[in-house]
Amino acid sequence: MASTNTSPEILEQVAAIASRWKGRPDMLIPVLHEVQAVAHNSIPKDVAKVVSYEMGIPIAQIYSVQTFYSFFSKEKRGKVLIRLCKTAPCHVKGTKEVLEAFESALGIKAGQTTSDGAFTLETCECIGACDVSPAVLIDDTVYGNLTPEKVDELILTISQMEVDES
Amino acid sequence: MEELRVVLSKAGDISPIKSSEYVSVGGYEGLRKAVEAPEKVIEFIKASGLRGRGGAGFPTGLKLSFTANTPADQKYIVCNADEGEPGTNKDRVIMEEIPHRIFEGMAIAAVAVGADQGYIYLRAEYPHLKKILEEALADAREHSFIGPNIVNSGFNFDIQLFIGAGAYVCGEETALLDSLEGKRGEPRFKPPFPGVAGLWGKPTLVNNVETLANLPAIILNGPEWFRQIGTEKCPGTKVFTLSGNILNPGVYEYPIGVTIRELFEDVGGCCPNGKKLYAVQTGGASGNIIPPSLLDTPMDIERCSENGATFGAGDLMFIDEDRCLLDVLENLIEFFEHESCGKCTPCRTGNPQLLALIRKFKNGTAKQSDLELMLELGNVMVGGCLCGLGQAAPNPILSAVRFFPEVFKVNNNYERGAS
Ligand SMILES: Cc1cc2nc3c(=O)[nH]c(=O)nc-3n(C[C@H](O)[C@H](O)[C@H](O)COP(=O)(O)O)c2cc1C
Ligand code: SF4
Ligand code: FES
Repeated sequence: MASTNTSPEILEQVAAIASRWKGRPDMLIPVLHEVQAVAHNSIPKDVAKVVSYEMGIPIAQIYSVQTFYSFFSKEKRGKVLIRLCKTAPCHVKGTKEVLEAFESALGIKAGQTTSDGAFTLETCECIGACDVSPAVLIDDTVYGNLTPEKVDELILTISQMEVDES
Repeated sequence: MEELRVVLSKAGDISPIKSSEYVSVGGYEGLRKAVEAPEKVIEFIKASGLRGRGGAGFPTGLKLSFTANTPADQKYIVCNADEGEPGTNKDRVIMEEIPHRIFEGMAIAAVAVGADQGYIYLRAEYPHLKKILEEALADAREHSFIGPNIVNSGFNFDIQLFIGAGAYVCGEETALLDSLEGKRGEPRFKPPFPGVAGLWGKPTLVNNVETLANLPAIILNGPEWFRQIGTEKCPGTKVFTLSGNILNPGVYEYPIGVTIRELFEDVGGCCPNGKKLYAVQTGGASGNIIPPSLLDTPMDIERCSENGATFGAGDLMFIDEDRCLLDVLENLIEFFEHESCGKCTPCRTGNPQLLALIRKFKNGTAKQSDLELMLELGNVMVGGCLCGLGQAAPNPILSAVRFFPEVFKVNNNYERGAS
């Protein structure tokens, strides 16, 4: 992975976030959350290097922490993050068919990003919405009681929300 | 048995944000009573018989006394809001509907043990709760329920919100503390226990959301009142989560001792479409899977374990006759394999082996020796893993072999190609 993909503007934002917590290694996780939000939902190496320099934490330690937690990604992700729960309570209510519907509606497989950079589709473990299984977390919102039929409509709604925002 | 709301009393009827509304239904009265006689708090909690609602059922009063009795210049209260156990979403509902009850419980605990700083470790999967909790905390601070000189008592106690980043193992209390310190969330060797040496090495009380939310009512109404609810060894109510193939999945508060059948038939409304119940996973993803013949088991820690079920955090996942149990087991072990932190060998390498063995049963290539190996490996993991994740991961398989032996068909001739 090339380490110089991130734009200088974004790297400056990253530096501004991380420099507030120099000498506070305990703040690494909150910083990574904040940094990821400005850097294409990802923490690639060049971003991690800036965090390392500004916070005074070895790059190896940042790598060790970021790769431990599933909410952090090294790869650039789409603007919208779709996290479909695949754990048992959702599984017994038909996650598999819902996943297939997402994959065919978006034209990508789980773990991939659409070519226009709009959506990333991931599967994840229980999102604590088992009362509305099968459930998906799209950015900060949970949508539940999914069926394959509802998926197309859901993606349309999300796309519309994106258009309205920009 | 009737629904009984203690933890969820008035939840949903009042604003989750405004402390004034919580006060209007008797909120923060327990705290006011606690600051008048802090030395009595632990006595009360001990006498109430309250046990941890996060899964392990440890006596809460005893835990409070460990932290209280360890001298230190700084102590902490940590609210475990990681709620990662698949099939559990009761803490989410408590936090969505009545977060001030949790803050009040934390403040009561703080007064009892002498802590002035608290943390809520909230899982990243609950982003909407970040906003609710931050606003509710700001409101509580504004009205001096937290912050300096709480309820004019001379005590200081503030609460900070910390957002996790997606790791089931961080619900384990020592992994949670490492995560709070900014590290990988890997469980620590115990002892020392967090009550004695926890966050930054300081005495730290770690309790589940629901446990803490029980404290205000116990202080206010007294331990005798609490002991009238539930069973002798497990007093109080439990906020149960029902999931899977039932008509009314959701979160329901009942006295401890309610039977699984009552929760399935009267509350959950049985399986939809007239399907028959095939199995119930009790106590979350790491709990035992039991057959319908055990539906009359009361949900109580002791009665569950006597009958081969798991109380855990009070989760019940119902599985109907259309599901393949091996498929469910494969899904569960995939979960543990993914969430293992890798610190200890029996868990790091045991889970992939269990997964391979289950897949052999799925594709019909398992032999009698595979069944024996699977049981032996499971027992090694139960006894040899460092933390509860690895220790409990084989439970679904071990219980399924016991109660559903017909699922584990062996084909001893497979190697000769005569399948
Ligand atoms: C793998 C693992 C995950 C856990 N997850 C949680 C959790 O999400 N929430 C929780 O309260 N306790 C969880 N626990 C239990 C905690 O370690 C601890 O026992 C609990 O927070 C103590 O609080 P209590 O005494 O109030 O129950 C987990 C334990 C293990 C081994
Ligand atoms: S049992 Fe598993 S999760 Fe727990 S410490 Fe060992 S490897 Fe980590
Ligand atoms: S298992 Fe999917 S939300 Fe809990």
